[in-house]
Amino acid sequence: MGFTLSNQQQLLSKIATGNGHGENSPYFDGWKAYDSDPFHPTKNPNGVIQMGLAENQMCFDLIQEWILNNPEASICTEAGVNEFKDIAIFQDYHGLPEFRNAVANFMGKVRGNRVTFEADRIVMSGGATGAHEMIAFCLADPGDAFLVPVPYYPGFDRDLGWRTGVQLIPVACDSSNNFKVTRAALEAAYEKAQIANIRVKGLLITNPSNPLGTVLDRDTLRSLVTFINEKKIHLVCDEIYAATVFSQPSFISIAEIIEENIGCNRNLIHIVYSLSKDMGFPGFRVGIVYSYNDTVVNCARKMSSFGLVSTQTQHLIASMLSDNEFVERFIAQSAKRLKTRHMRFTMGLAQVGTSCLKSNGGLFVWMDLRRLLKEQTFEAEMVLWRTIIHEVKLNVSPGSSFHCPEPGWFRVCFANMDDKTMEVALTRIRTFVLQDKEAIVPRKSNRSWQRNLRLSFQSRRTDDNMMSPCMMSPHTPIPQSPLVRAT
Amino acid sequence: MASSASKNSLLLSKIATNEKHGENSPYFNGWKAYDQNPFHPTENPEGVIQMGLAENQLSFDLVEEWIRKNPKASFCTAEGVEKFRSVANFQDYHGFPEFRQAIATFMSKARGGRVTFDPDRVVMSGGATGANELVMFCLADPGDAFLIPSPYYPAYYRDLGWRTGVQIVPVDCDSSNNFKITKEAVEAAYEKAKNNNIKVKGLIITNPSNPLGTTLDKDTLESLVTFINQKNIHLVCDEIYAATVFSSPKYTCITQVIQDMDCNPNLIHIVYSLSKDMGFPGLRVGIVYSYNDDVVNIGRKMSSFGLVSSQTQHMLASMLSDEDFVEKFLATSSKRLAKRHRVFTKGLEEVGISYLKSNAGLFCWMDLRRLLKDQTLDGEMVLWRVIVNEVKLNVSPGSSFKCVEPGWFRVCFANMDDDTVEVALKRIRALVGQEKKAQEQAQVKSTKKRWQSNLRLSFSSSTRRFEQEGVSVKSPHMMSPHSPMPHTPFVRAIT
Repeated sequence: MGFTLSNQQQLLSKIATGNGHGENSPYFDGWKAYDSDPFHPTKNPNGVIQMGLAENQMCFDLIQEWILNNPEASICTEAGVNEFKDIAIFQDYHGLPEFRNAVANFMGKVRGNRVTFEADRIVMSGGATGAHEMIAFCLADPGDAFLVPVPYYPGFDRDLGWRTGVQLIPVACDSSNNFKVTRAALEAAYEKAQIANIRVKGLLITNPSNPLGTVLDRDTLRSLVTFINEKKIHLVCDEIYAATVFSQPSFISIAEIIEENIGCNRNLIHIVYSLSKDMGFPGFRVGIVYSYNDTVVNCARKMSSFGLVSTQTQHLIASMLSDNEFVERFIAQSAKRLKTRHMRFTMGLAQVGTSCLKSNGGLFVWMDLRRLLKEQTFEAEMVLWRTIIHEVKLNVSPGSSFHCPEPGWFRVCFANMDDKTMEVALTRIRTFVLQDKEAIVPRKSNRSWQRNLRLSFQSRRTDDNMMSPCMMSPHTPIPQSPLVRAT
Repeated sequence: MASSASKNSLLLSKIATNEKHGENSPYFNGWKAYDQNPFHPTENPEGVIQMGLAENQLSFDLVEEWIRKNPKASFCTAEGVEKFRSVANFQDYHGFPEFRQAIATFMSKARGGRVTFDPDRVVMSGGATGANELVMFCLADPGDAFLIPSPYYPAYYRDLGWRTGVQIVPVDCDSSNNFKITKEAVEAAYEKAKNNNIKVKGLIITNPSNPLGTTLDKDTLESLVTFINQKNIHLVCDEIYAATVFSSPKYTCITQVIQDMDCNPNLIHIVYSLSKDMGFPGLRVGIVYSYNDDVVNIGRKMSSFGLVSSQTQHMLASMLSDEDFVEKFLATSSKRLAKRHRVFTKGLEEVGISYLKSNAGLFCWMDLRRLLKDQTLDGEMVLWRVIVNEVKLNVSPGSSFKCVEPGWFRVCFANMDDDTVEVALKRIRALVGQEKKAQEQAQVKSTKKRWQSNLRLSFSSSTRRFEQEGVSVKSPHMMSPHSPMPHTPFVRAIT
């Protein structure tokens, strides 16, 4: 039977045939270069280094040690297999009570015990990806909108909007005040929505910020709470990087703010959390929705059926995160190692006059390469972007993929590699930046790179069987793409 | 209180405030009785026996034995810990290739090796619950409909329609022909939808059937495939009970059928899971297997919302690629299910209770029509309302499966040990025996009123509690996501 493309499209839903998954952006081609030429210290020392994945690989040794010392945490060891049946059979969407208790305990410790969390408000979801979608389904109808300060995690468009029909409205932030979120910008975005007849249901903030790596100060947090209370809209706080804060100023969670007496309707406050960044467990799909709104907890819990955490994993995490001595040691060590790594990296960049936004959290830096742009435009950013892979051979994420309004910023991840690899990465950046200061003769090979990239666009579209592991990573921002040497 | 509750609901979405999660049906009260008084052979021998949960607990000993012999399957053992880091870090929505391969192999073996599956078409989801929803998001727009033969799994209402906006159009089947799905019934349902301006995007079948426990014969499957091809609509086959087939007729899966027919593969999709065949509902291993490349592609992107934990993928990749183990497990599981089914149905036969002849599933579709006072839904509810309080068995009334004929009950038998089965049968025997005594009719009249008023109270207090204290429901089975709704007491029938 012959079937035309339009036949095929009619067969499927609008959601399936639209672009809401966000992956058709040209940025994805950046991945290809990494996948076809991945760096390896000995086997491929000239390959592309992956700096586009916000992963935390700094403390696996501590976890591995704990695992070997705690065999009963697993249902597959001699010590734990007697629990296998009960765990494998348990499908209650409340989750194992010990799991909820352990997560609540961990969340409190990550915030220095300044606040406590109730186990009964912990709702599971399919990773933070599932958590964001779930909260959108609970709070908004199709067509409704959430305000989101830019720059923001590229996956939000898909997570909050793809299957829900919810839209995201950017709240303008720029480097003039270090990308702070201002009341004026919030009001402007809100008004713009009103004029366009779009119903705003809430504000989504990520604190600590991805991609900035900064934390929100108390005044800003308070003003956000005041704002949403006035407008009677929700505040969704993605605190997925909470434990990655490694230096002052302290992380202030929304949970602390609402304890202050500032007249906040708790029914408007919701936290999204996960173990993907703080623990380095993106594979385990431990997403958490924590809401101060009882109806939302209740409804979300029913919805969590669509993305519960595997009880095998719940069981392991319950054990691990209720070990207070381990948790405290882990949090402290993780912060220390991140701090060291961050310092080494930013100092290395500073030595060649490359600055980053001052940051104290996250698994990345927000690198300022505006001075390397031929013009202060996004096309120039794309140009600046298109060579890094082929010349500098680093996979970094251009600011435009985070909806940054200012061209020239790049997010560079540093916590997913060992020290040696980081040194190699630094050396390459330094070499590139220093070379750039001399007069550059445009090279013919520029065009061939671009031509190659265009070819790869086409093959990408017809190639449904992408086997490359990193290409389709669900929780990473979309692309990375080469930096052409600026002239 | 009322005004703040309504203010609260104004804040939330329509999805959050409608009833389409399906849990506010009165049937949930059946669970309460079990939770308040659960049977235990020694600690509470008079308690309610849970026969409303379709779980497969018969073969865990084999799994545990395998686990002990294969420490490398887990990254928590000394032998396996070197994999910990790469597994914990792996979040690619393609899943581990070894996992997909193991699933494809297992699916094939569960079908007697008569068909093979392509690992590249295996897409993960959050249990079968997530799989069913994912397929709907791919195939249908809000307001579109899918035809589903009744009786069907109660949670389809939530899984297929809650967040997707898809509606269910039932294709009614009844006992006149053993609940077979006829072409006429399907056509009639399709036409009716069309006349009501409802766009039908497909047909969903569960094969083997829940709650019937029967498998579809080849002719029926072929006629369904012909139908959907003619109408150019999808066929979604939920094969979650594939490996629970324990006797003849042999299982014919959809893959077998389409191999021999002129069928547009873009219309064929399978939903699978390890919850029933392996007994692993907690591990949330849902699978969407589509013959439509676009659906695989898009489904894979959507799977981000409910991937299988890499820890679980890793363990299962090992377990299910052990072909000797898989073959032994499937054969033994099937044998034990056959035996359990035989024991249970023999017990029913001994007291003259009839049931639908079945060859699969974890339950029996019991015929209690002759015990109904009225052959009505209310009659079924009346018959239903006592089992928990008198017979003390938690069973599921047919109406919760949208069965059009009152008097049928689904009774699960694979989630307990042999002794408990005996106790359950004893209670059924006692009930049927006592029923014949005329002198108890008067007792029944007054107790019936008492039970009904108790239950009415419990309806209102429970629903209020859920609204106000939605956070603190403690009962584990109350909110089991993948179990059908209700179970409810059997009132002693008045003759």
